Amino acid sequence: MSENRSNILTVERLCMRFGGLTAIDDLSFAAPARQITSIIGPNGAGKTTLFNCITGFYRPSAGSIGLAHPSRGELMLEMLPSHRVARDANVLRTFQNTRLFPKMTVLENLVVAQHNALQAASAFSLAGLLKLGRYLRAEKLAIEQSMSWLARLNLVGFANTAAGDLPYGTQRRVEIGRALCANPILLCLDEPAAGLNPRESAELNELLLQLTRERGISVLLIEHDMSVVMKVSDHIVVLNYGRKIAEGTPLVVQNDPNVIKAYLGEEEPVEEPI
Amino acid sequence: MRAAIHAQHPVTVGERLRDAGWIAFVAFILGIPMIGLVTVDVGGKLVVHTRMPLLVAFVVASFVIRLVLRFVIEQLKRRKAERLARAPQRQTAARSLLKPLGWLLASAALVLPLVFSGNRYVVDTATTVLIYVMLGWGLNVVVGLAGLLDLGYVAFYAVGAYTYALLSTQFGWGFWESLPVAGGLAAFFGLALGWPTLRLRGDYLAIVTLGFGEIIRIILVNWTELSGGPNGIDSIPRPSFFGLPFKAPSDGGAQTFAGFFGLDYSPGHRVVFLYYLILVLALATNLFVSRLRKLPVGRAWEAIREDEIACKALGINVVNVKLSAFALGAMLGGLAGVFFAARQGFISPDSFVFSESATILAIVVLGGMGSQLGVVLASLVLVLLPEIGRDFAQYRMLLFGTAMILIMVWRPGGLLSRREPTLTAPAGTKAEAKP
Repeated sequence: MSENRSNILTVERLCMRFGGLTAIDDLSFAAPARQITSIIGPNGAGKTTLFNCITGFYRPSAGSIGLAHPSRGELMLEMLPSHRVARDANVLRTFQNTRLFPKMTVLENLVVAQHNALQAASAFSLAGLLKLGRYLRAEKLAIEQSMSWLARLNLVGFANTAAGDLPYGTQRRVEIGRALCANPILLCLDEPAAGLNPRESAELNELLLQLTRERGISVLLIEHDMSVVMKVSDHIVVLNYGRKIAEGTPLVVQNDPNVIKAYLGEEEPVEEPI
Repeated sequence: MRAAIHAQHPVTVGERLRDAGWIAFVAFILGIPMIGLVTVDVGGKLVVHTRMPLLVAFVVASFVIRLVLRFVIEQLKRRKAERLARAPQRQTAARSLLKPLGWLLASAALVLPLVFSGNRYVVDTATTVLIYVMLGWGLNVVVGLAGLLDLGYVAFYAVGAYTYALLSTQFGWGFWESLPVAGGLAAFFGLALGWPTLRLRGDYLAIVTLGFGEIIRIILVNWTELSGGPNGIDSIPRPSFFGLPFKAPSDGGAQTFAGFFGLDYSPGHRVVFLYYLILVLALATNLFVSRLRKLPVGRAWEAIREDEIACKALGINVVNVKLSAFALGAMLGGLAGVFFAARQGFISPDSFVFSESATILAIVVLGGMGSQLGVVLASLVLVLLPEIGRDFAQYRMLLFGTAMILIMVWRPGGLLSRREPTLTAPAGTKAEAKP
């Protein structure tokens, strides 16, 4: 990677230990702005743990995670609690097992994501209780923004459906839409293609490319589906046992002997039959 | 759905008999000590006698009842499943009936004292129903919307009641001045409970709230200087009608309600006034809570009930949202407490025992978590059933329990379990659903 390209996220010497287990071990990498950075690696490599550190759900044992926020300057994400990572640093995430609000409608899910803006407009509910114009305008705006994302994701027809009643693949799209409603500058997607059929997966690729190229959102992607990873990634970081074993463009990573070894195993030692 | 019904293997007669046989066996084992044996006083000596015919009758009755009951329940379930499979559009029809039902209940509540003006018992019972409705609406914020299981809600009710009792008897405050103070104090207690329990959920939260409710009650029992201990506080002033007391006119005395309006004095006036007072308080509570539910706070409460972690990931400060639910729920409980003290004129810790919390929680759960109208229906059921059951004397609570079980079998999600969305997509955007 060239030195002068601007990075949105800089992870330095990050360690995350749970008792005696080291889930992330001295990890350093940078994610370029307005591009798609994929984090790949075998199961248990520490990918989701990394997401939890970035989004404030875990406090790292050591190291730092710097975010170059366009309007707030450099933010140290490892110091912020999770809701402030989302609210103040505009880093939004989705979850490996989707976490929608199942009994609420799709539209409500997306409006909840705009809670902070709406809550400010409702002046701690006073303006809302009195139905003042400024709150009603803000609410209308929030609905419009939600509907425009739903339109982009082909979900308009589901706006009034309870999120829990939707098929799995659709729920994943709703979750991405919900994160987008919270105005992310960095979007962390944890296996968004899991459970999607090939067509949905192709649509996801297109969406990710559009988000980065046209909306200037940076994406951090955990994914096992290599057809997605290799097609859309600008930059790939490969983890194994919490350590970075390779980093670079898809082409570089694909041919890296360490990566091949981690995924396929070495030849000489006797492999345990599975 | 229908395929599933047909796939189910039909229950054979043998299976039914075996099932009922098991029940009869259990009834027999239980029946030996409970029914089969009885102690008889023979010349100052207790002698054990057996009552075999009664025991046999009990076992046979258990067998038959189980057989019939199971058959009926299965038939009902099958019919319900078939109906669902056949007509899913009927559900929307049921939803549109709810609004008229709400208005109907509200207008019935409005005219009730006029219709039953001579019947003090009816108005009194209706007042009790409304107290529970208001408590249910308050607890609905905490349990129904925010999903925080609170088993000590009666503590806030007690805080409100004692605040008014003390302010009025010690400092001569009136009902209306005490109302906001008591509400504020109850909200403060809500925060005091909410703050240390922020990390707890479900069962663990329930245990702590249960303890909190007991702590408040025990303090009230033991802090005799403040609360009068087990003797409680009596001669709490009754609320007046904008300064006009409900009293028999006395010569040379101050103006009274009856005197001012030129009516003959009747003790029923106060009963009716109290009824309308709690009606206004309850309706204000309803307006307040249902409006809040459609605001960002309300949606955040429900979102926290659904998934707390997702809320954090979306930038919602979970601490503030939970505390607001606790504080508002507690405040509404406190306001109801003020009314309770003013109505009774006497309060003691006996009015604020755990079973009260359980009743209020039962109202919320039975009504359907989060449903405002459900709370009204459940309060009617829970207050009126024991009243109706008075004629059955000692079987009253048995009747009550049976009714509760039947309702929960019939509607596991509560009487009104369907959730109304707080927002709907603007019209005209209805594109074809594309899965």
